[in-house]
Amino acid sequence: MKQLINLNVNGSVYPVEVEPRERLLDVIRYKLDLTGPKEGCGTGDCGACTMLVDGKPVTSCLVLAITADNKEITTVEGLASPGQLSELQRAFVEHTALQCGICIPGFVVNATALLRENPHPSEADVRAWLEGNLCRCTGYQKIFEAVLDVARDAAANTA
Amino acid sequence: MHAFDYVEPQTIEEAAQALAAAGAEARLLAGGTDLLVQIESGKLQPQQVIYLGNLVELQEIAWNPATGLTIGAGVTLRQVEQDPEVQARYPALAESARVVGSVQIRNLATLAGNLCNASPSADTSPALLAYDAEVDILGPGGARASSLSDFWTGPGQTSLRPGELVTAIRLPATAAERAWYYRKLSVRRAMDLAMVGVCVTAERANGSVREARIALGAVAPVCLRATEAEALVTGDAPDIAAAARASEAAASPIDDQRASAAYRRAMVRVLVERGLREALA
Repeated sequence: MKQLINLNVNGSVYPVEVEPRERLLDVIRYKLDLTGPKEGCGTGDCGACTMLVDGKPVTSCLVLAITADNKEITTVEGLASPGQLSELQRAFVEHTALQCGICIPGFVVNATALLRENPHPSEADVRAWLEGNLCRCTGYQKIFEAVLDVARDAAANTA
Repeated sequence: MHAFDYVEPQTIEEAAQALAAAGAEARLLAGGTDLLVQIESGKLQPQQVIYLGNLVELQEIAWNPATGLTIGAGVTLRQVEQDPEVQARYPALAESARVVGSVQIRNLATLAGNLCNASPSADTSPALLAYDAEVDILGPGGARASSLSDFWTGPGQTSLRPGELVTAIRLPATAAERAWYYRKLSVRRAMDLAMVGVCVTAERANGSVREARIALGAVAPVCLRATEAEALVTGDAPDIAAAARASEAAASPIDDQRASAAYRRAMVRVLVERGLREALA
């Protein structure tokens, strides 16, 4: 039994018809054509599907789209204007913090949430916050360095 | 995923009515971090899902010096982890919420859901037991309260009757600010289940131990208190080594892919001893 809901994604409202069993990850990817968030496991263990719902990072493979009706959703596509990169995205590029890239939208969205809640995290803070994001390629070190780079810049700018 | 009907009640009473009407065919959805995994795997195939996530009345953490801390059934583990009242008064609970899953999981998962899923290894169970928590329940028969030892009846089993839902978890004021120790022993530092979970709380007065709680998780069909061990450290002459041995005897763990039963028993003894030394220091 389909229901019409309003998905507020990256600042735009999309009316979408969904069945209750449809996952937010799938509606975002296949009905809204926003393929940044990825499916890595489908059980909330890998973090590749991470998006912000009302500002909080969540694993969207465990969210029914119908429960996201009228909530504010941010995917990796919404972190900067089209064609632009956020400061954190630029740091990932500069630090070569990605290889195949499949985990990166989840990492970038989750780390964006970290820096919004805590602009000056320690390395321990960064490692703890990103525990729910798995990467098979990089060994994580450059990812942490990219995040800490932005944290350091933020500290310098407010000093 | 298996198809189901979806109901979004506007009040707790509506939720209870919907649950009573649908009976065993319905499942409650709050965070969904257990339910959705179970539906995807086919373990559960509910005909109806009743969504509680928008019930604001379930999302409050309230402290009252007389009645203690009331945590609504919709409160997430992330909220429990970060709440100043929980951190100040029931820090073992904040710590145990912190070690569940990941930030993303804790933003969805609820404390009530963790409790109702009733995994023997649930991370928040030992702290809830060690703080004498009770569960508020609403159902066709009205409202009732349950102790945790009455609530958990087996792995994945609770004493909730048809049509009943948990509305809140209450921690008594008498348990606030007890000395505490909590350790989740796991293979991985994150995103892993506990091999052993130990929570110790203690209340001291004039050099004597007035109340001691030793709660063990992941080492029995349900999370349990080692009551004989607690008696050995209550009073003027706490015998920590004896209590640690008695705790080991109270555990009945299994062998599984994370650890052997023998290892788990040995770690119960080690962690209870450590916990008592810290809590009674």
